[in-house]
Amino acid sequence: MLTKKILISAFSALSLLVVSNVSFALSAEEQKGLDISLEAKKRDLGWQDSTADMLMLLRNKQGQESIREIKMKSLEILDDGDKSLTIFNKPRDVKGTAFLSFSHPIASDEQWLFLPALKRVKRISSRNKSGPFMGSEFAFEDLSSFEVEKYTYKFLGEEELNGLKTFKVEQYPADENSGYTRRIVWIDTQEYRVHKIDFYDRKDSLLKTLSFKGYKQYLAKHWRADIQEMINHQNGKSTELKWTNYAFKTGLSDSDFNRNSLKRAR
Amino acid sequence: MYLSLNESLSQALDKPLTKALSNMLGNTLKLSVTALAVCASLVLSSPVSASEVASDVEFEASGNLAIEQRYFFKDALYSEQLSHSQTSFSVEPELYWQWNDGSDSLVFTPFYRVDSHDDQRTHGDIRELAYIHASDDWELRVGIRKEFWGVTEFQHLVDVINQTDGVEDFDGEDKLGQQMVNLSLVNDWGIVDVFLLPGFRERTYAGEEGRLRGPLVVDEDNVSYESSAGQQHLDFALRWAHSVGDFDLGAYWFHGTNREAYLSPSPQAPSSSLVQYYTQMDQLGIDAQATLGDWLWKFESIFRSTSLEDFWATQAGFEYSFIGVFDSNLDLGLLMEHSWDSRGEVALGAQGSLMQNDLFLGARLAFNDMQSSEVLMGFGSDLDHNAFSFLIEASRRFGDNFIASFDVRLLQSNESNDLLYTLSSDDHAQLSLAWYF
Repeated sequence: MLTKKILISAFSALSLLVVSNVSFALSAEEQKGLDISLEAKKRDLGWQDSTADMLMLLRNKQGQESIREIKMKSLEILDDGDKSLTIFNKPRDVKGTAFLSFSHPIASDEQWLFLPALKRVKRISSRNKSGPFMGSEFAFEDLSSFEVEKYTYKFLGEEELNGLKTFKVEQYPADENSGYTRRIVWIDTQEYRVHKIDFYDRKDSLLKTLSFKGYKQYLAKHWRADIQEMINHQNGKSTELKWTNYAFKTGLSDSDFNRNSLKRAR
Repeated sequence: MYLSLNESLSQALDKPLTKALSNMLGNTLKLSVTALAVCASLVLSSPVSASEVASDVEFEASGNLAIEQRYFFKDALYSEQLSHSQTSFSVEPELYWQWNDGSDSLVFTPFYRVDSHDDQRTHGDIRELAYIHASDDWELRVGIRKEFWGVTEFQHLVDVINQTDGVEDFDGEDKLGQQMVNLSLVNDWGIVDVFLLPGFRERTYAGEEGRLRGPLVVDEDNVSYESSAGQQHLDFALRWAHSVGDFDLGAYWFHGTNREAYLSPSPQAPSSSLVQYYTQMDQLGIDAQATLGDWLWKFESIFRSTSLEDFWATQAGFEYSFIGVFDSNLDLGLLMEHSWDSRGEVALGAQGSLMQNDLFLGARLAFNDMQSSEVLMGFGSDLDHNAFSFLIEASRRFGDNFIASFDVRLLQSNESNDLLYTLSSDDHAQLSLAWYF
């Protein structure tokens, strides 16, 4: 079943390549940029499901800090975007709030929010890509799952970053609701891991830089960074994400990502 | 989150009075013992041995403590009412246990409020005391719980399972815990929920000293039921809910005790109070939301049949969001909803609806800052005559664990037989500070 799914998705990736070659006649730089992302996505395929705890440390210019404590559950969907359940634990006033998202590469994502005080499940608009997540320097779109179709690409060259040989690729969001005109991404040539992203705002000025630190490999295949640090160059604020308790293939299924599981999520 | 202005008015006014605390807790406790016995037998019948269960039980305690200060701008309309200032203190801890990797859980959420003036507002409730077993495609929930249905913001027309805790707040969004056995079945074509609801909760109403009520206080001891089973009637509900692409749909049938009492002046003259009469009802409800880009289109409708009347009502409108207004992180949501009721306009004291032809406008401003600052504004207007209500609510976090909120509510009517007219002296501001742990 799973192999079948992988085959299908490999086939669709292949057909995407063929289609993009034929109809858009990509330049060599565009083609190489796309190939790098396809390879990065391919190398991470097959994680099935994962759970992890996330600690968000928000810092303003004056050095004041605020904490967000969040649990994430994700389900890999090979022929579509992934499903995820985000459960809030801190700040205490939002404890029990949970967020269910079915992401789609092209169509709009489906998103529901559970509000524990009213026990209310609310379908929300997924248009808000550019807005801040929980008052942090991460926008919603920065935290959503990476799908190849969400961007068009241009390979800028190879560069050395922190002693690693990397590909430098420019990515242009396909979604007009994105808060960015482009992102520049540094991906290492060995393992195809993202090490740094520069975000350019709608006026094409450098807005933020995201750095990935402490990569660990899980199940001898899937690389995840322990720390992601986002620095906003325009307002001087920063947000640090610390990931702990990463687990893969835990046995989650579709039934862990519906309205009922959203209501009882902890 | 939004206030349903008119709904709260109808609670405060047309059905004001609280059941004595002892009664309330007494009834709740009796039923919760039953619920717990059911829970216990379920737990014991599961194939896991007691020691295994004990080994991986996870426990969590959280909750909040809050202090609230209300100030009424005008003198009271009725002599027994408190004059200007009302203080209250509330506590709501939540105790939670889970085992079998979260497949089984138990939650206990008691609630208590002490009010400086209104005896009826000094009250307690068990908001939740329930056992939940979750399997792949079904879930069983047994005990005292809260179940919300609906999509609109200014009135929760289709929300029927829980009784309104009318003394709690003006917005009518606070509910009393309801005893239930709920089986939830997940299918490809939607989620089906079956509810058996043993035991009915009477609505709580403001007492003699309380503001936000009509000229007559609702008598908590003079309650009668159409069903010979009275408060012990076994209610039943069946609901289907499903998401199809951009659409979220729900439909249900409810059979049992009407959550809204028919109120009439007590027989002895001059009448000093209102007596409550709860009929049986059958209610069909539908709710639908279309989420299309920045637009949320919302629709709710009910058909209710009782031995006294049959009627239709709808609540429909939209919510539109502007993301990042003024080139900032601010989000602005605009809301508009209309209420309609086939019973039409009603005079004070008669049965009917306050929301027969009312228009609501709202705006929600989210600052998306570290403190989650937010401002909500709502305006409600009766299109059949000159009456309006206005509210503004602002809130933000202080430190990591405190939330401060400031609300102002204004009510006006020129029509002397309008329910709003009797509340027009009850304009007030409210400041509250809650500590979350």
